[in-house]
Amino acid sequence: MSAEEIKQIIIKQILEIAPEINEEDIDPNAHIQRSLEIDSFDFLRILTALNKEIGVGVPEADYGQVDTLSHMVDYFVKHL
Amino acid sequence: MSTFVMPSLGADMQSAVLMEWKVKEGDHVSKGDVIAEVETSKGVIEIEVFEDGIVEKILVPEETESKVGTPLAIIRSSNESTAVEKPTSPNAAAETKEAESSIPPQPLPDEPQRVKSSPLARKKAKELGIELSTLTKDDKPVHLAQVEFKKASGTTEMGGMRQAIAKAMSRSNAEIPHYYLSTSINMTSALHWLEELNEGKTIEDRILPAALLIRAVVRTLQEVPQLNGFWMDDALHLSEAINPGIAIALRKEGLITPALLNAEHMNIDATMHALGDLVTRTRYGKLRGSEITQQTITITNLGDLGVESVYGVIYPPQVALVGLGRIMDTPWADGDSLSVRKVMQATLSGDHRATDGRTGGQFLNKLDQILQTPEELL
Repeated sequence: MSAEEIKQIIIKQILEIAPEINEEDIDPNAHIQRSLEIDSFDFLRILTALNKEIGVGVPEADYGQVDTLSHMVDYFVKHL
Repeated sequence: MSTFVMPSLGADMQSAVLMEWKVKEGDHVSKGDVIAEVETSKGVIEIEVFEDGIVEKILVPEETESKVGTPLAIIRSSNESTAVEKPTSPNAAAETKEAESSIPPQPLPDEPQRVKSSPLARKKAKELGIELSTLTKDDKPVHLAQVEFKKASGTTEMGGMRQAIAKAMSRSNAEIPHYYLSTSINMTSALHWLEELNEGKTIEDRILPAALLIRAVVRTLQEVPQLNGFWMDDALHLSEAINPGIAIALRKEGLITPALLNAEHMNIDATMHALGDLVTRTRYGKLRGSEITQQTITITNLGDLGVESVYGVIYPPQVALVGLGRIMDTPWADGDSLSVRKVMQATLSGDHRATDGRTGGQFLNKLDQILQTPEELL
């Protein structure tokens, strides 16, 4: 799975949780939760879905490494 | 034999649209079964039957707007054997007819690719000149709330949910003499404990701090039950069931506080599971009638993305609201040493007719104490 594919999977999951967001509004370097108003419940739903699709579970201790879209892509690439 | 009527799903509700029957004539139903879906200002709500029996007759067709109290169906108790053909009261038939005649005419069949929608949504969209097809993707039916949201997003006119909140909150501030208390709670050990607990869990079973806090509030209410109940007829009525209404923000706009029913019977895993289900259904699915009418206290946890402390407005006839702020790194004095700790402001809004500050103080102190020994919350 390439970094670009992973990025598309993450974007798809974000848009599923927050359908009112436009894809262009997702700034790869902005804090996902704060910039898109995604609370801890929806964030957990996104991580759960990504675990199913990509097969990588993010432990709580690593939440700091998946705070932005680009960090999240890096994290999944590293842990594939 | 009994008549199942359009329930009141909130003091502000006058009527609702029966969207879909989930049962048909002759079906057996048990207490708590969902028998229909209705559309209200709070979205589509599943309504439940409160007795066991057989659906004898359905009195109101789908897509009908009915006033609260309008007979919708006749339920025969399981032990009654004879079927009764006539409606129970002449009023029932008359009201049904009235409701039916108030439906706007259905669009002509030659309309290309009819968008599914409720009659109210269709009517409102027509009034406002909004094209229904612009409001839906993938063939899902359009509901009134979507039309009102579309409208509200362009102007200052309020949607149904905004109006419902406005009414309830005006009544609260006019009627309830609030008192407010606040305390700082050191959450360090509780969060540390939760982290360790989560290490052994899969992502699906992971417990969020919100669930831990709700569990702690429920445990505290078992010790200080005076805040769990209603003020009605100039008296405090305590509730045995603890059904905390959880303030849940909707993604687009507005807020609903559905109840986590019988939370006193849930351990921390069950609390998290039920809470996840409730949040998901509030935002993406359907709530049940009992969940939007049987709250015994409200918990608002603005902490996640939010503010340091929240002084909430009590939702009548409840008598208290618990506000939980953001957990923040804060300087904390312990004995004569100073360190940085995870600290949360917990506030209590109380109805001074029902309780005094002493009770509210006991509640906050007990909550603090319980959060210092989180292993008891399992």
